[in-house]
Amino acid sequence: MHFNTFDHYQEHSTWVHRLDPRVKVLLTAGFIVSMALLPDGAWLAYALSWGLVMGLALAAGIEPWFVIKRSLLILPFLLAAVTVVFTLPGRILWQGPWGLTVSDAGLVRFLSIVLRSWISVQMAILLTATTRFPDVLHALRHLYVPAILVSILSFMYRYLFVLVDEASRLMRARAARSARLPGLKSGRSLWWRASVAGNMVGQLFSRSLERSEDVYRAMLARGYQGELLTMNPHHMTSFDWQVLVLTGLAIVLLQVSGRIL
Amino acid sequence: MPVVHHSTPPYSLSVPENGRAPLVSIENLAFSYHDGFPALRDISLTIEKGEKVALVGPNGAGKSTLMLHLNGLLGGEEAPVRISGLPMTRENLPLIRARVGLVFQNPDDQLFSPTVFDDVAFGPLYMGYDEEEVHRRAAQALEQVGMAGFEQRLSHHLSVGQKKRVAIATVLSMDPNILVLDEPTSALDPRGRRALIELLQSLPLTMLVSSHDMRLVRELFPRMIILDEGRIVADGATKELLADAVLLDAHGLETA
Repeated sequence: MHFNTFDHYQEHSTWVHRLDPRVKVLLTAGFIVSMALLPDGAWLAYALSWGLVMGLALAAGIEPWFVIKRSLLILPFLLAAVTVVFTLPGRILWQGPWGLTVSDAGLVRFLSIVLRSWISVQMAILLTATTRFPDVLHALRHLYVPAILVSILSFMYRYLFVLVDEASRLMRARAARSARLPGLKSGRSLWWRASVAGNMVGQLFSRSLERSEDVYRAMLARGYQGELLTMNPHHMTSFDWQVLVLTGLAIVLLQVSGRIL
Repeated sequence: MPVVHHSTPPYSLSVPENGRAPLVSIENLAFSYHDGFPALRDISLTIEKGEKVALVGPNGAGKSTLMLHLNGLLGGEEAPVRISGLPMTRENLPLIRARVGLVFQNPDDQLFSPTVFDDVAFGPLYMGYDEEEVHRRAAQALEQVGMAGFEQRLSHHLSVGQKKRVAIATVLSMDPNILVLDEPTSALDPRGRRALIELLQSLPLTMLVSSHDMRLVRELFPRMIILDEGRIVADGATKELLADAVLLDAHGLETA
């Protein structure tokens, strides 16, 4: 069984793909920081930022709908911000039970948070769609992210697939023995099935723990001393520098436009 | 190792069979994996009640893929597989899984509960038997595979041979009509292999067993199906097929 769910990389050979990964990681990080700093209600700036993301996506040969579809995954998490709708003081739009009030400033802030986060995620998705994950990690290492964090990320990436495989095999084993006889009510109670599922999660955890010990021993046996080495050197060309400066300028302009317009 | 003969349970409930339809009936089954690899091409076979059939072939022939079709883990509702006349519709799958006892090649794929007892008891518990009957079935199944006394052990701390035997017990406790085993003797030491052969000899169930162990095939299975590159290349009496050295060699098999 093979799961490609987490690997968004799309093989094209556009200039975006060929950019030095450090440029792409830096620009993505800068873009996300800029988005976070934009004020509430700067709708034009949000639209322009989204235009930047979509423009880069098109230049990279990535279908815009692909990026949008993947980004919808985080929308439920943004519900955490819904409390600002009720707590920010402003003109009252609606009075609800238990003293809850919806203010206009609250709504504007909530929408702003949703839009800024959503656009930031789309930029991150564009990054993973145009850069191989090992290259992203390598770029992080160049940008002085500590080795241990990068190692953790790389193992997480590698073993996420293994975990998903293991989980699906456990579920297949359970499906194979979930049988019914005519005349007898099968499945027992929801509580029992839930406790079986809970046990399976525990199994997954303990199997993963024991496997990680095995993997560590295998790495030690091959001379691991704390740093994962790669043989894929990153070189900055003048084109990379040009893109870095121009896109950096664009991000700064977006930030300015958000404040003066 | 004491051999306990399979006794009929005191319950009148057992897996009902459609007397006229063959136990397993497959007609022109074709299957390709997601990546496009055609694992099975035009498979047709029938297994009647009481038959003991060996499925042999080189690695990658499609033996495991074929077995996963028998209880609906692979192949959709249109799969031309019928168990006791039942087609593979969603409503029928739980009924089919009560009849087909599938034991995977890797016991780690089969054992998902904390203790051995939990794993062996899961099948009958899910089917709705009461606790006393579940205990009786689990005890009998563990006795049959020679793992009585291991009830409270953690399944992932057992050796491969022990896990394989527990995996078989998890399916025996469900009292299936046909036992489908995927390479049961691989990774077993000679004693474990001998114990497994004795166990299979003692069970009166219909069986479909895939194996590379030609001596096991010769000893236990009167009928043999040779699978290669997703196609059935031979289906007949084991004695005759094992005498055909050219055929065996052409499909990566050794004579017993």
